[in-house]
Amino acid sequence: MSHLDSLIAEDIIAYLDAQENKSFLRFITCGSVDDGKSTLIGRLLYDSKLIYEDQLAAIEKDSKKSGTQGDKVDLALLVDGLAAEREQGITIDVAYRFFSTDKRKFIVADTPGHEQYTRNMATGASTADAAILLIDCRHGVQVQTRRHAFIASLLGIKHVVCAINKMDLVDFDQKVFNDIEYDFRDFAKDLGFNDITCIPMSALDGDNVTRASERANWYRGPHLLKYLEDVDVDSADLERPFRLPVQWVNRPNLDFRGFSGTIASGIINVGDEVMVVPSGKRSKVKSIVTYDGELDRAREDMAITLTLKDEIDISRGDIICRTDSPCEQADQFQAHILWMTEKELFPGRQYLIKTANKTVPASITNIKYRVDVNDLSETAVKTLGLNEIGVCTINTGAPIAFDPYQDNRKTGNFIIIDRASNETVGVGMLDFALRRAKNVHWQDLDVSKQIRAAQKNQKPVMLWFTGLSGSGKSTIANLVEKRLLDLGRHTYTLDGDNVRHGLNNDLGFTKADRIENIRRIAEVGKLMVDAGLITLTSFISPYSAERLMARELQDDGEFIEIYVNTPLEVAEQRDVKGLYAKARAGLIKNFTGIDSEYQEPENPEITINTVHMSADEAAEQIVAYLTENGYLEGTS
Amino acid sequence: MDIKDLVTRAEQLAETSGQSLSTISRKILNDGKGLTRLKDGGQVTLKTYENAMGALKKLEAEADVNASLNLTHLQRLEAEAIHIMREVAAECENPVMLYSVGKDSSVMLHLAEKAFYPSRPPFPLMHVDTMWKFSEMITFRNRRAKEVGMDLIVHINPEGKADNVGPFSHGSAVHTDIMKTQGLKQALDKHRFDAAFGGARRDEEKSRAKERIFSFRNENHRWDAKNQRPELWNIYNTRVQKGQSMRVFPLSNWTELDIWQYIYKEKIQIPSLYLSKKRPVVERDGVLILVDDDRLPLNPGETPMEKMVRFRTLGCYPLTGAVESEATTLPEVIQEMLLTTTSERQGRVIDSDAGASMEQKKAEGYF
Ligand SMILES: Nc1nc2c(ncn2[C@@H]2O[C@H](COP(=O)(O)OP(=O)(O)OP(=O)(O)O)[C@@H](O)[C@H]2O)c(=O)[nH]1
Ligand SMILES: [Mg+2]
Repeated sequence: MSHLDSLIAEDIIAYLDAQENKSFLRFITCGSVDDGKSTLIGRLLYDSKLIYEDQLAAIEKDSKKSGTQGDKVDLALLVDGLAAEREQGITIDVAYRFFSTDKRKFIVADTPGHEQYTRNMATGASTADAAILLIDCRHGVQVQTRRHAFIASLLGIKHVVCAINKMDLVDFDQKVFNDIEYDFRDFAKDLGFNDITCIPMSALDGDNVTRASERANWYRGPHLLKYLEDVDVDSADLERPFRLPVQWVNRPNLDFRGFSGTIASGIINVGDEVMVVPSGKRSKVKSIVTYDGELDRAREDMAITLTLKDEIDISRGDIICRTDSPCEQADQFQAHILWMTEKELFPGRQYLIKTANKTVPASITNIKYRVDVNDLSETAVKTLGLNEIGVCTINTGAPIAFDPYQDNRKTGNFIIIDRASNETVGVGMLDFALRRAKNVHWQDLDVSKQIRAAQKNQKPVMLWFTGLSGSGKSTIANLVEKRLLDLGRHTYTLDGDNVRHGLNNDLGFTKADRIENIRRIAEVGKLMVDAGLITLTSFISPYSAERLMARELQDDGEFIEIYVNTPLEVAEQRDVKGLYAKARAGLIKNFTGIDSEYQEPENPEITINTVHMSADEAAEQIVAYLTENGYLEGTS
Repeated sequence: MDIKDLVTRAEQLAETSGQSLSTISRKILNDGKGLTRLKDGGQVTLKTYENAMGALKKLEAEADVNASLNLTHLQRLEAEAIHIMREVAAECENPVMLYSVGKDSSVMLHLAEKAFYPSRPPFPLMHVDTMWKFSEMITFRNRRAKEVGMDLIVHINPEGKADNVGPFSHGSAVHTDIMKTQGLKQALDKHRFDAAFGGARRDEEKSRAKERIFSFRNENHRWDAKNQRPELWNIYNTRVQKGQSMRVFPLSNWTELDIWQYIYKEKIQIPSLYLSKKRPVVERDGVLILVDDDRLPLNPGETPMEKMVRFRTLGCYPLTGAVESEATTLPEVIQEMLLTTTSERQGRVIDSDAGASMEQKKAEGYF
């Protein structure tokens, strides 16, 4: 029993005071399958006398039924609480346990070692300040050891204990310990940990868990509990920039408008000048409101409500900063992503991402590389599979306020949600903005053409193909569309096939009908452009006036006329569909080029000469035009 | 040059600020071992000494400011719970707070008042009444809801009521299933709640220790323990489809001691059943059962005894064991709790059958 415990009986009030002033640490156990993580937690709880008699009796009973240690109590059963875990003798999901010593209170997350359940390990690691990485001394550093070390480092854990476990099985051989320590330090040297402490251990017998091991008398360092009590996590550096992600707007009545949230970092005082990101609006702090009274100042981790001197528009998703060091905002980022579901991540697909306080549509536009957890090497890949980690570029449908994860664990992170299933399919850590959102004052987040287009990472435009029948419009338009699709862009093609049979099936080929045909196509195309799409139309559209009408319907720069210039002789000679022959035979009336005129475009943006150019080259030329003119970049 | 003074003050700072001596040493001497060396009789130049003293004074001033801003463990837990509640209010369409009248519910309710102050919590309270709760719980419930000004929904399983389901006539398992589990599911479906707060803690039971804070339930209210959503940082995925829902546990990371300490510190109202008093009880299979009303069938020759008892948890009175105790004040209760050697759920008749029972019940839709 520790000395504080005697206070319980003597002076309970003094004991409670002492409890309140204890410091606090969250840590995890991790490492490869069966290396002894759960056993270690069981041992910690057991040795700190935190197991009630009835709990212990239950464990003793269960040990006989499903324990792995013969007649001995299987301490892992104290944490492996799910029926399936007991049956299989493995950990499936993270268990949270609580214990305390005279000095500190602890929340420990016991995480699973199986690769299949890596996402549950990440769940535990995301809120931890220190990690105990277990290594079975008979097997040394494994792939899974490396994976967990890497994920811990990625999630920002700075303090690592490398617990070299099951030393009882190798007679506490110092050489075994030294070799593993060397291997691990060599692997971990670039992972950015502040400190790594290696401890020889037997979780089963309790060596170096809560007391120094006699069997490892060559080891001079601290035992695990001592380390946990002393590790200096410096978790709250109050000098960091102030960030309040607005979680909920507090409006009990017309006279009060407060902004509630948990302070992600820093300190705020009444009177401080603040700036709201992304809107860029400024004001001063009028009051810091809590149920227990107003405060003069508040710090990181406090859940408070701010009111401001000016009536400015602030909503959930904004971050209130101090004007001296506001956070960034952007809609394109580089991020590290850990993928957490069997369905692979595909660039271009739309997901939702949720940051500290905002949910926006987003797509991963590109996977730069995947990190191999074995040697941290980089491999080019097209997709990310379950438990894989990659560096990606992402594009959000609206600008978000953020800090790089390295600078702030609470404003630089996000989860990725599948839009159909609502599952959490991945998580990410922002590295930096690729392009700052240009318009800082953009507050009008009503869904508009710009927003729809930004979400698709393109500028919407109408590509109007015109030319004689058989000139190659549809062939080229199809190739262009395929190429754009490969580039992750969003397109649609309107052509005779899908328009004449439905929308325009009441129209024939008289001049009036042809004009009406084009008018409808131009209007439908305009809606599609408004939807943010790159819209391709491929119709003969023989009259300049109708093409001009179509052009004038679109906003500036959103109409590109593409003249597929194939001389009549050539088209007629090719006559792929046999239409020219029929027209010449008088079987088709009003056929352009034969008995109806084609008015050549005077200033088309692009002219394609199919006599000198293949369809592929033509498509290439058009995509190059779009790229050069910025149509394949997002708007903002 | 007073090296001894420097060392003593640095040690004091280490003690009060919670930083290690080597960190302070690094900050003032640019050398993590510097202070230990000085302590062991090492020497420094006057210039180094003056720089170190200057840096130490700055650190002391900083520590003073920070000390006033120190967050205790309870304050952290409080902030976490508030964050969770606000997240639900902001993201879920139709949330509700399950209010079971026990000490955890009392803490949860108090935290809800704090989270939205000066607004009222933007969701109703709901109690699934099994008709066999301690009568004091019902009085207490009605009074508290009125004081806080929140809507209170009381749901009783109508079929169960019509069939007169009770623990004595139908057995504890059937009673709990029909009146509590089925009743809860009915109530959640009826009002189409997409998120329901519960006061469960991870330290209560081994399958709870595994549960997420935002715990997803399918259309049939089932918990799939082996397939929980990842839950990283404090970013919670609240999205559900129609019919699915979230159980949300803002007290997940609180321990029983934390709850009691918080109740004490914040002077939170709790039913007096938690404090010891002379009460009429009978002993059944080693468990003391309160004779709360005349529905408790007395065995032939059985007469209620007056005993000083209190309750560690509150539920249906015939299913909740009392403990003999002299603790009539909160600190005394806490004291007894800390000195006891059995866990709190032991008083609850329902958990003690099979090892995986709580997990199974949760899979079936129990909270
Ligand atoms: N001899 C010996 N056996 C140990 C020690 N620690 C754990 N074990 C045994 O190793 C086996 C696996 O232990 P667990 O604690 O379940 O391992 P784990 O790392 O939690 O496994 P997962 O969570 O499934 O990855 C059990 O049979 C333990 O009893 C140790 O220090 N010495
Ligand atoms: Mg385990």
